[in-house]
This record gives sequence, structure tokens and C-alpha cells, in this order.
Amino acid sequence: MITFSSTHLIYLIEAARWTLLLSVLAFIGGGAFGLVLALGRVSQHKWLRWISAAYIQIIQGTPLLVVLFLAYFGLSILGLDIPPIVAAGLSLTLYTSAFLGEIWRGCILSVPKTQWEASNCIGLSRLQQYRYVILPQAARIAIPPTVGFMVQIIKNTSITSIIGFVELARAGQIVNNSTFEPFITFVFVAIIYFAMCYPLSLASRHFERKLNVGK
Amino acid sequence: MISYTFDFSFLLDTWPAFLRGAWQTILLAGASIAIGFVVALVCAIIRSGKSKLASGLVGAYVEVIRNTPLLVQIFIVYFGLPSLGLRLSAETAAVIALVINTGAYGSEIIRAGIESIAKGQIEAAECLGLNKLQIYWHIVLIPAVERVYPALSSQFVLLMLSSSITSQISAQELTAEANMIQSETFRSFEVYLIVAAVYLALSVLFRVVLWAIGEVAFVRRRKLRT
Amino acid sequence: MSVNEAAGTRPRNEAVPGAESIIVVDNVSKSFGPLQVLHGVSLTIERGTMVAIVGRSGSGKSTLLRCMNALEEINGGTIQVCGNKVSMGDRPSVKRLRTDVGMVFQSYNLFPHLTVLRNITLALTVVQKKARAEADKIARDVLALVGLADKAEAFPEQLSGGQAQRVAIARSLALSPKVLLFDEVTSALDPELTGEVLKVMEDLARQGMTMVLVTHEMAFARRLADIVVFMHQGKVWEAGPPAEIFADPKTPELRQFLSSGL
Repeated sequence: MITFSSTHLIYLIEAARWTLLLSVLAFIGGGAFGLVLALGRVSQHKWLRWISAAYIQIIQGTPLLVVLFLAYFGLSILGLDIPPIVAAGLSLTLYTSAFLGEIWRGCILSVPKTQWEASNCIGLSRLQQYRYVILPQAARIAIPPTVGFMVQIIKNTSITSIIGFVELARAGQIVNNSTFEPFITFVFVAIIYFAMCYPLSLASRHFERKLNVGK
Repeated sequence: MISYTFDFSFLLDTWPAFLRGAWQTILLAGASIAIGFVVALVCAIIRSGKSKLASGLVGAYVEVIRNTPLLVQIFIVYFGLPSLGLRLSAETAAVIALVINTGAYGSEIIRAGIESIAKGQIEAAECLGLNKLQIYWHIVLIPAVERVYPALSSQFVLLMLSSSITSQISAQELTAEANMIQSETFRSFEVYLIVAAVYLALSVLFRVVLWAIGEVAFVRRRKLRT
Repeated sequence: MSVNEAAGTRPRNEAVPGAESIIVVDNVSKSFGPLQVLHGVSLTIERGTMVAIVGRSGSGKSTLLRCMNALEEINGGTIQVCGNKVSMGDRPSVKRLRTDVGMVFQSYNLFPHLTVLRNITLALTVVQKKARAEADKIARDVLALVGLADKAEAFPEQLSGGQAQRVAIARSLALSPKVLLFDEVTSALDPELTGEVLKVMEDLARQGMTMVLVTHEMAFARRLADIVVFMHQGKVWEAGPPAEIFADPKTPELRQFLSSGL
């Protein structure tokens, strides 16, 4: 049994870099797909709306852990020997896309109907309406909840420890297995997560206030 | 690419295990929701109250919970507390961690409801002679909870889904059962597809039950619809 | 006073020697931070009279009303209600005041989650500790008084503005207060709805209720008030019977106020 020392702390902090990397991947992938879903949800085509809605409902009604397992075992079915990070990235992307899609749909719908009417009247096509009038405004509205959801993404990466991906939570388990000091170990793990998440929470609230002042 | 034949035959033997797991999840989540609601209520009241110290402490608790993962919180409760001398069963630790978690999120939701009650209401109640306690109960708290009930319900459904994480400390619930079945049958993908479907069904179940509770408790919503 | 005006004047309660002063405001001052809103205001409300307080926005009239009802702390002077000195720091005095004084607000402030009936019975059961059956009866009676007996089971959001305000009056009336305060109760209503509220207030006045109103309804005040108080810059600028105030304004400020049609 080894006592918890600064070496362990450094190990944890280094693992946190993987947490951040995975979060960024999830945000980029989930964001791209989420945008597609959001646009699908507000599309004029009924089948697009239906498919996007179905996807979002299903993902939101499934625990992230189960999505993770499905991605992990689903990929292994394909017979490929895939490192855990791929399954981790895939599952987080799928999960994130559903939530971001729903958030961004709300933001698109928050843009006043009069904006649609005005841009229509000056002759813009639907695509142009989105590009020049609606999405820029929706994006501004979307900043606070999106930044807020980034906190969720970072926390969600902890799940991937279960399939063996060595990010912060898994690193904590590894350290605990060698020091047998779970309280200190996991409290430090919590502190590092807090250090990553709290600034984003504050930023989200800051943007929210700014947005409301401008209204 | 190997072609994969889906094989759900394991269901014939294992479906009782799925049901058992679902029931355990219902119990686990149900208990956590009930207790968590009370914790959230108390915290929201403290946060909206006069004592800056108490409000600050609760605020700190909420921030810590909201900025750390549930998995780590569970580890601290289940593995960490024994090293301080407190030994817990997996289910107890699971409930404690879930209650602490949902108490934080729920308190923010209820607090928003409390702060949305117009000052004019409180003033009118004062003028009618109601004392502070009566005003808080009749005019602030009950309407606040009614107002945020949909958001609160969503939070509780989320809690039920998050309970799947407790499988990691071997608490008895649905995901744990699925893990066992998967390790025995090796039809991993199918097993988790079934589990996903069961969780979806549970989501619907919890939503319906919570909605029904809301209808019974908040008479106004029911009456306004007729 | 013309014959028509005399005919329209409501019968005054015979002034009894030593008539009871329900509210006595003595040299009251009030500031919000650096801004002084009331400068040494003195006013007496006699039992059975209707006092209308008029003036521009910012003249301090609503603040004065709220001070009378212990909703604002005064910084100088005294307020007596039914013979008892009232101060917000003295909780028992405020508690006593609440049983004597009722108030109706511009935004009605009905409790949206309760039915009309329950809005009225809430204080009856919870404060006056009446039995539910008795409270229900009182509530229904007072609802009938304001002409809304059929709305007992409705919710506030189902009512029009005029109906909601009448329920608010009924709610305060049910507690049998000695005086009713009205804070611009028709200002938020559409013009066609003010009539029904003013009628209820007129009925109350004819039945001898002591009433203090902050109002912009000049015709109403002229016809029914016993005393009209014109406030300007936080002071009582002029006060007297409507005949004097409206027909014979003594100060340029009052003349300007009357001519501006406010």
C-alpha cells in the first residue's frame, strides 16, 4: 500500500487532459450532428422532423451508460479491433448530438416569427434565411445553454472509464487500487473535475445575464 | 466485415431477470426521487431565505454537485465513506448519492419557482393578515412547486436513467442485471438493445406516474382543463 | 352647488360629535434612500367618510397610502389606526392593523392557484380561524355583494380585469375591515371595465364604509368623496370638500393639475 502523494496527483491531472480531449471530440462531433438534428426538427419536411424527433427521444430516454455499451459492443460486432477511445467518442457524440440538437432547436424556435416573415418578404430562399437571418440570431441565444451543456459533456466523459478508457475517473480508480485511499483519491478527482467545470458554469451564467440585458 | 446474425433467443430464459432488474430500478429511483424531492425543497427554501450563511452553504453544496460527475460522487459515498469508518451497502450508498445529486439539481429548479412568485401576491397576503409562515406555505411554496413541476418531473426521469451508473458499485438494478446476462450469453449487443428498450419503457412509465401525481396534487391544472 | 350636484351627493352620515377618527396621519415623512417622497404629511380619515387622494405621478399619494397600511416604514411623524399607534417595527401593532384595514391593489394580486372562493376564504380560515362552512358562507355573501356569485369556482385567469378587481374587493371586504384602502384600482383596467368596479365602490360608500382612495377617476371623486386631498411634491397641497377643490382651486399647481385633465 502506497500513500497518496503528489505523483498520484500529477497522474490524475495528466489523465484530465484525456478528459478534455474526449470532451472536445464529443462537442465537435455531437455539435455537428446536433446541428443537423436541430435543422431536421424544424424542417418543412414531415419525415425529416419525424426521424430527428425519434432519434432524440430514443437517445434521451436511454441511459448514457447503455449507449456506451451499445457503441462498444456494436463496434466489436463489426469485427474491428478498436481502442476504447473510439467507442467512447462515438457514444458521447451520439448522446451529445441528441441534447445539443434539442437545445438548438429551442433556440431556433426562439427567434421571433417576424424575422422569418421579414426575410421572406425581401426574397431570401429558405437556405438564405437560415444562413443570414435565423441562425446568427439563434446562435446568440444558444450560447448560454450550450456553454452550460459543455459542463455536462465533461462530466459525461467519466462514464467511459467503465469500458476502460483512461480518463480522469479511471485514473482515479487506478490510483485507488494502488493506494487504497479512496476518500482522498476521489475527492481530488472531484476537485479536478470541479476546476474544469466551474469556470464553464460561471461563463454560462455570465452569458445568460448579458443576453437578458440586451433584450 | 463479418456478417452478424442477431440472436435474441436468450430472452426466453432471461426475461425474468430483466423484469427483476426493472423492478429494482423502479424501487431505487423511486426512493431516491421521494427523498431527493424533500431535500430539494428544504435546500430551495434555505437558498431563498434570509440567512446568508445558510444560503451560502447550500449554494456551495449545489455548485459542487453540479460541477462534478455522478460517478465520482457515487465512488466517494461508497468507497470513500468506509475509509472514514462508515460502512454502507451498495444500495444504500446508491440512494444516498442519488439523493444528494438530485437534491442539488431539484433545489435550483424549485428556487427558480419560488423567486418567480410576484411580490404583489405576498403583499396582498400580508394585507389580509396572514403571517410569514402561512404566506410562505400557501402563497409561495405550493404555487412555486406547481409552476416548476414539469421541469422537476424531467429532472426525476433523468435521475432514473442516471441510476444505471450505480451498477458500477454493484447495486442491484437493471444495468447490473444486463451486465450479468451479457457476460453469460455473450450476445452483448442484443442484451443492451433490450436494456435500452426497457429503459425507454421505464422513462415513459415514470413520466406517466409523475404526471398523474401532478394531476392529483395540483387541482387547479385539472380543473382548468375541464 | 347646483341642484344636480346636490342631488348626486351621497347622503352623509350625520357627523356625530367627536366622530371617530379611523386613521390619523401626523406629520409623516418618508424617504427612499436619498429621495424624500413625503414631507410632513398630516391627514385625518373620519369614520364613514370617503377620502380621495389625487395628484400627479410621483406626488407621493401611493406611498402615503402604503404607509397608512404599514407596507412602508415611515421616517418621521406618527400614524394611528383606530386609536392605536402603528409602526412596522412593532409587530403586534401591525397585526392589529391588518384586522382593521383592508387594501385593494392596482394589479388585483389575486392568488392564481386558488379558486375565487378559496381566495376569499383563505384568510377567513387561516387568520380569523373560522370554520370552513362559515367561511364559505361569508365568501359567497360577499361575492353576491359585488355581483359575482356565479364565479365562485372560477380561477382568476378566467376572469376579466373588472371581475378580478371586484373579487379583490370582496376578498378584503370579507374580513370586515373598518376601513378600505384603494390604490389606483381602476388604472390598469380597460375603460369599459372600470364602471363595474366603480359601481361596487359606490355601493360600499353608500353603506357607510370608510374608504381612502388614490385615484385618477376625477368624476367619481367629485361625485362621491367627502374630502378630496390634492398632493403635490410629497405634501398635502390642498384639501377640502369636492366643491371647493374642483370648483375653486386656490393654488396654481391644483389649477394646472385640474386643467390638464388628469
